Amino acid sequence: MKKVFSRPRTLKDVPFHYCSGCGHSITHRLIAEVIDELGIADRTIGIPPAGCAVIAYNYFDIDMLEAPHGRGCAVATGMKRVLPDRIIFSYQGDGDLAAIGTAETFHAANRGENITVLFINNAVYGMTGGQMAPTTLLGQTSTTTPPGRTAVLDGHPVHFSEVLATLAGAVYVERCAVNSPANIARAKRAIRKAFQYQMQDRGFSLVEILSQCPTNWKMRPTDACRWVDEVMTKEFPLGVIKDLQAKG
Amino acid sequence: MQGNRVIGEAAIRAGCRFYAGYPITPQNELTEYMAEHMRKVKGGVFIQAESELAAINMVLGASAAGARAMTSSSSPGISLKQEGISSLAADELPAVIVNIMRGGPGLGNILPSQGDYFQATRGGGHGDYRTIVLAPASVQELADLTMDAFDLADRYRNPVLLLADGMMGQMMEPVEFRAPSPRQYREEYILRGKGTGKSRFIRALILDAIRMEEHNWKLYRKYQVIAEEEVRFETFWTDDAEILIVAYGTAARIAKGAIKRSREMGIAVGLIRPITLWPFPGEVIRRFAEEVGSFLVFEMNTGQMLEDVKLALEGRARVDFYGRPGGVIPTPAELAKVIAYQVKR
Repeated sequence: MKKVFSRPRTLKDVPFHYCSGCGHSITHRLIAEVIDELGIADRTIGIPPAGCAVIAYNYFDIDMLEAPHGRGCAVATGMKRVLPDRIIFSYQGDGDLAAIGTAETFHAANRGENITVLFINNAVYGMTGGQMAPTTLLGQTSTTTPPGRTAVLDGHPVHFSEVLATLAGAVYVERCAVNSPANIARAKRAIRKAFQYQMQDRGFSLVEILSQCPTNWKMRPTDACRWVDEVMTKEFPLGVIKDLQAKG
Repeated sequence: MQGNRVIGEAAIRAGCRFYAGYPITPQNELTEYMAEHMRKVKGGVFIQAESELAAINMVLGASAAGARAMTSSSSPGISLKQEGISSLAADELPAVIVNIMRGGPGLGNILPSQGDYFQATRGGGHGDYRTIVLAPASVQELADLTMDAFDLADRYRNPVLLLADGMMGQMMEPVEFRAPSPRQYREEYILRGKGTGKSRFIRALILDAIRMEEHNWKLYRKYQVIAEEEVRFETFWTDDAEILIVAYGTAARIAKGAIKRSREMGIAVGLIRPITLWPFPGEVIRRFAEEVGSFLVFEMNTGQMLEDVKLALEGRARVDFYGRPGGVIPTPAELAKVIAYQVKR
């Protein structure tokens, strides 16, 4: 019988610890598939964050260096500058990247560091139990916004990908989702493009992934997938935010 | 050559190929020296980071990638670096961190101080760890100890602090750079991509309590070896001394001047100068207490190393303290008066 589907070689044969319906496991798989297809597993180093994906090194069969909370882009900068021919990617959540790591991410993008960032936006702090994230929607309840996020008290949802896209050093920024087969396929194409740009020494590339968190959203996984479409993408529209490919 | 620049030159000669820093007085000449000269060496990387936090975390990435890596700052900036220093210690990664101390707490001022002794010698950040702390007292020693710092960091795979102050950083003295010793380290921890081998990872998060405890004891055993092998100190005019000053860095230089004056007045006073502040030469001080009944700890703070001296002596001798915090630089004459008063008591 012909084998038509299997585990990517870059994913270890270890069950994910992620909750049912979580977007992390899908995104991990997409990254692993892209690494396999580009044939770069031998020279790729991943930087996992503090957060739900902190033990990503249990799943990826590549070298990995855990970063302190929010510092993924600084750690990746140090590695890439020492090893310019290696492929370095940082994997970060919304709190990690757009709150505590705002400065590190912004300035790595502005320097045009030739790294790739996977930005997992689930509008909540997942690992710590569902507190307000910088990307939490207005009106969305969390353990630290029990009546719902208000602009007056809590500020607005941060559109950090759009901010980064204003920087000259950022060459490719796209927002995707992993809540449907079509969106997953688009997300994989975006991740591949981001890695390819790095392989071509183009500069800073980032793929934002709207990622469902059924546990902290207190929804069934199917409802969470629907919520991404019906609510989350209204605040965070999918699509290419910046792509300098045309300019070569 | 100026102290701050000497540190930069010694680091590059020692094979430092990655430097990230953020401007802060009184250590800017070091950052500027690296900006100018790191570009001239093959594979040399200089980054002006967006913050101290970013700089130390860049160093973490560079160190894990196998480079001899350094960052530098002054007191308030070193507080910000503690997150990364704690991570480096947890990850068992080598790195050199230079602190050209200034007056504190808070923003304080930009004048020489020794107010960061506790922070430097007690780990500094969160968690159960130690850093090796070297305290130079001359520009020549800035050069020598900077080179040693890289060797020690590699030998023990641990962050090493070079703890000097604004006086050391700004002063100019003649210096000779020795030939660096060849870098000795085991390749196995470095992440360069798995190549044809097995994938590896470096991490500080260990959720299981028993495994985290094992890691803590492993670090502890390493620190025990460092404490046995790496204690350094200088003694000055101690042979016939009836009173011994304990001072390091700039304070030790002042103490030497004061001792010469006191000796001219017939006072038998000497100096123990810790060169490593951690590990601390407590055993040496304790041995001196068999002959000497009176110790005077002299620091440019309100009494921090004082605690280590008391711990070392365990009540075996009288311990007094003289300190000038906040960026005041006491004179040898001032300290000589204190010594004379001490003897009369």
